[in-house]
Amino acid sequence: MIQGLLAFLRNAWRGLTTMRTALILLALLALGALPGALLPQRQLDKARVEKYITDHGWWGQLLDRLQFYDVYSSVWFSAVYFLLFVSLVGCLAPRTAEYLRQVRAKPVITPRNLSRLPHHDRATVDRDVDEVIAAARSALRGWRIAESTEDNGARTVSAERGYLRETGNLVFHFALLGLVVAFAIGKLYSYSGQVAVVATGTQFCNSGLLSYDSFTPGLRVDGTDLDPFCVRVNGFRASYLPTGEADTFDADMDYQSGGDLSTGTWRHYDLRVNEPLRTVGDRVYLIGHGYAPEFTVIFPDGQQRSSTVQWPPADPTTLLSAGTTTFDPPNTTDPAELRKHQLAITGLLAPTAVYDGTLLSSAFPAAFDPAVAVDVYRGDLGNNSGLSHSLLTIDQSMVDQGRLVKQARQNLKPGEEIKLDDGTRIRFDKVEQFVQLQISHDPTQVFVLVFAVLMLVGLAGSLTIKRRRLWIRAAPADAEAAGERTVVEVGGLARTDQAGYGEEFTKLATHLLAVTSADRRGT
Amino acid sequence: MLVNATLAHYSDWFYASAVVVYVLAMAFYLVEQGMTKTRRQRERELVAVGGGDPALADQVPGEPTEEPPARGRDRADRIGRMGMALNVLGVLLHAAAVLLRGLAVGRVPWGNMYEYDSAVCLVALVTWLVLVRKFDVRRLSAFVLLPVVVLLFLGGTMLYSTASPLQPALQSYWLVIHVSAAITATGLLLVAGVASLLYLARAGNERDPRRLARFASRLPAADVLDRLAYRVTVLAFPLFTFGVICGAIWAESAWGRFWGWDPKETCAFVAWVCYAAYLHARATAGWRGNRAAMVNVVAFAVMVFNLFFINLVTVGFHSYAGVA
Ligand code: HEM
Repeated sequence: MIQGLLAFLRNAWRGLTTMRTALILLALLALGALPGALLPQRQLDKARVEKYITDHGWWGQLLDRLQFYDVYSSVWFSAVYFLLFVSLVGCLAPRTAEYLRQVRAKPVITPRNLSRLPHHDRATVDRDVDEVIAAARSALRGWRIAESTEDNGARTVSAERGYLRETGNLVFHFALLGLVVAFAIGKLYSYSGQVAVVATGTQFCNSGLLSYDSFTPGLRVDGTDLDPFCVRVNGFRASYLPTGEADTFDADMDYQSGGDLSTGTWRHYDLRVNEPLRTVGDRVYLIGHGYAPEFTVIFPDGQQRSSTVQWPPADPTTLLSAGTTTFDPPNTTDPAELRKHQLAITGLLAPTAVYDGTLLSSAFPAAFDPAVAVDVYRGDLGNNSGLSHSLLTIDQSMVDQGRLVKQARQNLKPGEEIKLDDGTRIRFDKVEQFVQLQISHDPTQVFVLVFAVLMLVGLAGSLTIKRRRLWIRAAPADAEAAGERTVVEVGGLARTDQAGYGEEFTKLATHLLAVTSADRRGT
Repeated sequence: MLVNATLAHYSDWFYASAVVVYVLAMAFYLVEQGMTKTRRQRERELVAVGGGDPALADQVPGEPTEEPPARGRDRADRIGRMGMALNVLGVLLHAAAVLLRGLAVGRVPWGNMYEYDSAVCLVALVTWLVLVRKFDVRRLSAFVLLPVVVLLFLGGTMLYSTASPLQPALQSYWLVIHVSAAITATGLLLVAGVASLLYLARAGNERDPRRLARFASRLPAADVLDRLAYRVTVLAFPLFTFGVICGAIWAESAWGRFWGWDPKETCAFVAWVCYAAYLHARATAGWRGNRAAMVNVVAFAVMVFNLFFINLVTVGFHSYAGVA
């Protein structure tokens, strides 16, 4: 029973570490990765996955059950990945042992019959055996050589070269292992988060999950000890071509991290696309931008409140944007009372306004002639927050229940205002810009890079270096005619499937044999 | 950066001329290939001349030059050389088109799919011209020109985009490094893919002479084609690896992560694994030969798929195709 199990395990191990299994696993890996490129993936876009599932009925749901929308964390993809990993280890261990043996081994002794080899040449020369061997030794500089003397007085040199091929190959495969491990560890400890920051000197501090609009933690990240740092966005400039295509983006920023936090020092950084801020352990990226309208509400009792929150772009080419800004009435502590008088300003913002009748749209992404088209609602916003904050849209169910009621609909230019029936005035002051920042943290990415570079180096060695052997046998000629003292034979063999040894062999052989040109009888 | 419309216009003109010249060159090559004797004819001739073991003749890489200089051979050779002259002319026009496009927009000429496609084809043909000097495969040029002409035609019609500057996301020196590596590797791999396809035809014919008798028996010996495919792939694979690594480095500084299974990244990974499988297959008993060649063809199909399908159909970070 136990013996049977052992035999099974041994066979399974042998099977797993053969080259053919590796090939099949490679094919499966390729096949398994492909659906991730064809089907929407949760990791990239949750909304598209949901839409895909509803659009495709039972088929969409089946794919979901089979984890086709989370390919790279699916059980089946991980299984292939893992088996390949095991196969690689099982294949590398014996190869490394063999390699270490070979590193010290001498080139194999000269075969009896050199004319059987793929490369072969032969001549009788006017030199004695020792001279030929000495010439061979100097011609074969850089080769590993071994000499010996045979029974009949012939002397031979065995030479081998290209050991670096196997070195490169092992470096490649080990680096591949290292890369996979570093990648996997990175998945555990990395995080990334996004946040919109209005570019009017607003600060963002990496203090916890709540400071982010969205946050994607690795499996071992709970958001409690993020690397502390703060950024302050002072301004943002975008330039556009006449066609409306973006040309450059540039966020004017200050940041503090590490020791600067305790001394309160701010350092300046111009944040651009492709040029992230790299600070202690984290990177800050500029990944988007848009407009934030500033509204001021003057309540009937004369109190004022202003708010500037981002309205994300709805159309990336004209930056027509959509959003909602909300206000709580001042001096109201009773939640029931509060819920009757919350305000929501919701609608569209156009940086360069054009109208179709009264319908607002945008002609250009720069803020040449900004305007908003808004609906104002009053009542219960359906959230418990007492803060004014940004929502994309209002809670439609509150509207349907009649708890949130539309008060006005109007187009506004900067400085214009809406007056509600209770005397509340809502003024559209101006537009500011906001930047969308991404904060990324990945402690192992440097290791991944190092392994990737090692892979490349190993690969180059493994694919360009030829492992090849050369043998020379010099024997005294039978009947010593004038100028014919030694019979020299050269044979060569490329040990790897690499064409192109022929030229090098011919050059070497010609050099070794052309000591004199007497009686040349090569093949 | 403003666009120089005159240069852009000349670039388009050179592009169109190059395609026309390629088509002409292809015609000449096809005539040459058609005049090349089939194996049966060659064997008969050799027997008639009274020499040579026909089986051996097939293993000599430079076989056609081993043939007795017959008059038909001379004519085929002349036609082939005319094809080659046209081919070189086409490459010069094509290179001028790429160069002028770069000058017109004041940046590297591979910022959108049209430009990328054109550059890949140029690399493939330059590679081919180099190979023709080393291997006796000139009369096969039509089979390399065919996919190139198709790609250029699609590029000039379906993918065409007018000369314009780069969007901010692409303004990085990594564009120069990453994309040029990808272009060179893809161009080389196109040639390897064609060689493997021809290998499959020829090897099938060698096993059973009735298979594709008229077409495949005129091709060079299977092992020549195999070596050709392997040598080119061995050159292209590290380059491709380098391109993917550069892409990851760029992604890290542009998108905040070096690898995110974006469709384009995924597809490049799949192609990379396929090429690794090809190299393994070449080193595995029972897989070298036909199966390895098939893997190579599949791998190239993945590359083409990556270029067209992923750029045009799926949504991802790499949506820079610039195709309206
Ligand atoms: C993700 C998995 C793997 C990848 C991407 C990979 C990639 C490569 C590459 C690119 C080469 C160079 C080919 C050449 O030298 O011609 C190579 C060679 C080799 N690999 Fe792998 N490999 C993988 C897994 C394995 C496994 C699991 C084994 C063992 C079962 C293996 C055994 C070998 C051997 C023996 C060679 C040398 C072949 C030769 O000398 O041509 N590999 N591999």
